[in-house]
Amino acid sequence: MLPLFEYTKGMREEHTSYCPGCTHGIAHRLIMEALCERGELGRAIGVVPIGCSIVAHNYMNVDMCESMHGRAPAIASGIKRVHPDNIVFTYQGDGDLASIGTGEIIHAAHRGENFTTFFINNAVYGMTGGQMAPTTLIGQKTTTTAGGRSEAANGKPLRMAEIIATIESAAFVERVSLDSPANVRKAKKATLRALETQKAGVGFSFVEFLSTCPTNWGLSPIASLEWLRTDMIPYYPLGNFKTKEIGR
Amino acid sequence: MTHRLLFAGFGGQGIMLMGELLAYAAMIDGKQVTYMPSYGPEMRGGTANCSVIVSDGPIASPIITEAGILIAMNEPSLDKFEDDVDPEGLVFINRSLIGRKPRRSDVVSVAVDCIELARDILNEKIANIVMLGAVIRKSNIVSPDSVGEALRRKFSGKKEAFIPINESALSAWRERSEEH
Amino acid sequence: MTDNRQLLKGNEAFAEAAIAAGCRYYFGYPITPQNELTEYMSRVLPSVGGSFVQAESELAAISMAYGAAAAGGRALISSSSPGIALMQEGISFLCSANIPMVLLNVSRGGPGVGGIQPGQADYFLATRVGGIVDYHTLVYAPASIQESINILMQAYETAEKYRNPLMLLVDGMLGQMMEPVVVPDGVETIPTTDLHALNPWAVTGHRGSRERRVIRSLRLKPDELERSIEERGEKYARAEIELTSYEAIDLDGAEIVFVAFGSTSRIVKESLTALKRMRIKGGLIRPITLWPFPYRAFDGIDKRTKAVVSVELSKGQLIQDVKLGVNGRFPVKLIHRTGGMLLTPEEIVAAAKNISEVN
Repeated sequence: MLPLFEYTKGMREEHTSYCPGCTHGIAHRLIMEALCERGELGRAIGVVPIGCSIVAHNYMNVDMCESMHGRAPAIASGIKRVHPDNIVFTYQGDGDLASIGTGEIIHAAHRGENFTTFFINNAVYGMTGGQMAPTTLIGQKTTTTAGGRSEAANGKPLRMAEIIATIESAAFVERVSLDSPANVRKAKKATLRALETQKAGVGFSFVEFLSTCPTNWGLSPIASLEWLRTDMIPYYPLGNFKTKEIGR
Repeated sequence: MTHRLLFAGFGGQGIMLMGELLAYAAMIDGKQVTYMPSYGPEMRGGTANCSVIVSDGPIASPIITEAGILIAMNEPSLDKFEDDVDPEGLVFINRSLIGRKPRRSDVVSVAVDCIELARDILNEKIANIVMLGAVIRKSNIVSPDSVGEALRRKFSGKKEAFIPINESALSAWRERSEEH
Repeated sequence: MTDNRQLLKGNEAFAEAAIAAGCRYYFGYPITPQNELTEYMSRVLPSVGGSFVQAESELAAISMAYGAAAAGGRALISSSSPGIALMQEGISFLCSANIPMVLLNVSRGGPGVGGIQPGQADYFLATRVGGIVDYHTLVYAPASIQESINILMQAYETAEKYRNPLMLLVDGMLGQMMEPVVVPDGVETIPTTDLHALNPWAVTGHRGSRERRVIRSLRLKPDELERSIEERGEKYARAEIELTSYEAIDLDGAEIVFVAFGSTSRIVKESLTALKRMRIKGGLIRPITLWPFPYRAFDGIDKRTKAVVSVELSKGQLIQDVKLGVNGRFPVKLIHRTGGMLLTPEEIVAAAKNISEVN
């Protein structure tokens, strides 16, 4: 009998601690599948952030390193210096990458660091209990914007993929969404392309995953996916922002 | 025997190089030596000074509070450090830029026309080396051969072309009876 | 006389010695008075198979070094006081994740941005540490460039043995001065493929041939976190026995015993000679390790000693450890300057004379 669904070798057979309906699990699996398909699982070294996904190393079957809050791109830069032939990646949330770690992510792209960053944008701080992130949408209610984020008080949300794409030494930048099977397949393609960019030594690669956080959004898993489509995607357009040619 | 030398002038006069070459020569002579520069933004255009201590035995502190020899390359340096010279100490004065003699009568002053002598050889950029030559001849702290060797080690590679000019500068100054 | 001495500036000698000791990864951010070290690394590391990165901040520099060390490489960090203060986040993580590294603090006067002249005001920062505590950095305070070289030559082995960061606390004086020194021959570059086996905890990629490795700082379960702290405590207890190091001079019959480290100890040594001429017997305890602190050196103080004097370029920091070492057995006094002002032998002699006459 053919199995319908299997664990990828890239994932350890553990129950995750993520909330029901959270899309971290999908992103984890996509990245690990991509590493397996490219035969890079054994050569991969990941850096996890501060945030819900600090526990990603319990699930991803690769060598991993915890990071100071926001410093994952700097840590990855150090790891890559020692192991230039390994696949090195960071996995970061929006508080980690777009707030406390903006300096590190911008300068990793600036130096054209040859590693890959997977950026989980769910428009909220998850681990600390639903505070406003730089990516929180206007009007979105969080525990620090009880009446909804206002432009007057907080400015407008940061579009990280667009920012990174303006940096000359960034080689591959794409925003994808985890809201539907079709978009998940596109996300997988972008993940593979990012890893290929790194493998070819072309420069910094960046994939932004629009993700859900049902718990802190106060929505059901299904309503969360719907909100991602109706509210997030219009502000955070999907697509490729930059692709440098991979020399053959 | 311990010698304490204080080199002082303004940034760009090559004060640090004078001290470094003397320290280098002392090491080649087999002596103990320390070199301590002033540092910071003042090096870029302000005052610059460095201390060199040469000794037969171990040197505790590289900091000089009383100098046996002061090399003043400009007048503010003479003003600032004249009082720190030991009685019977030597004060070298860059006469090209300093219009006065030491106020103290208990020190021996040696006036050197650094810039004029340097121009006779090449240009005023080597005025510091002219002064270093005077210090070495007058004080006998290090052997002239070692200074030449220090020069050759310091100006290796691309800078090698500068060695002959600097050697000439080192021997430009001659003690004359008129010196005070 | 032929010898193999070179005349080197402290900062350049530190860099040369670190490379000789096997350092191949350096991450730096410009700050006075240690810039010659950063510049040296940028020139030399690429030619010995190493990597140099000028980081965007000290936060990033220590994080890069954390990554390189977590990957099994020998990494070096250098900075000066305000930069080291910024790096405390990373140093705390290094300790909690048990990652070896060598750090050089070419310290200056504070607080805040302070000044750029030599200072020892980082004593607490180095010995009491600045992150979430319950950890220690191994701290050495060499008094000469040669001693710095000698300590650096052993530093990686010590840091790796204890799996803990090791800091050399020097100051602007040692960083900027030149002395004739001998730098021993260097160790060969370790192929990165060997780091995997040499450091059985490092993240190198599991190659499908072993369990994955995880460098961890987070321990959400209190009992697990407590256990990790207690285990680290055992290693620190071992360090106190194995690493504590100091120099004691003329303690026998000393009227006054000075305690001073690093560049200040050199000035005290000069004062001892002057005091001898005045027939005042002075002794010196010079801690070489600041953590672990050589408290046991104080057991060697003569019963006839009138006072123990902490001599420091800080507003009464070292004196706290001096008091712990003295443990009420002798009066404890302080001679200090701050802000980048250096003590002169004359000041120390005058203060000592005063103490000798009063007591």
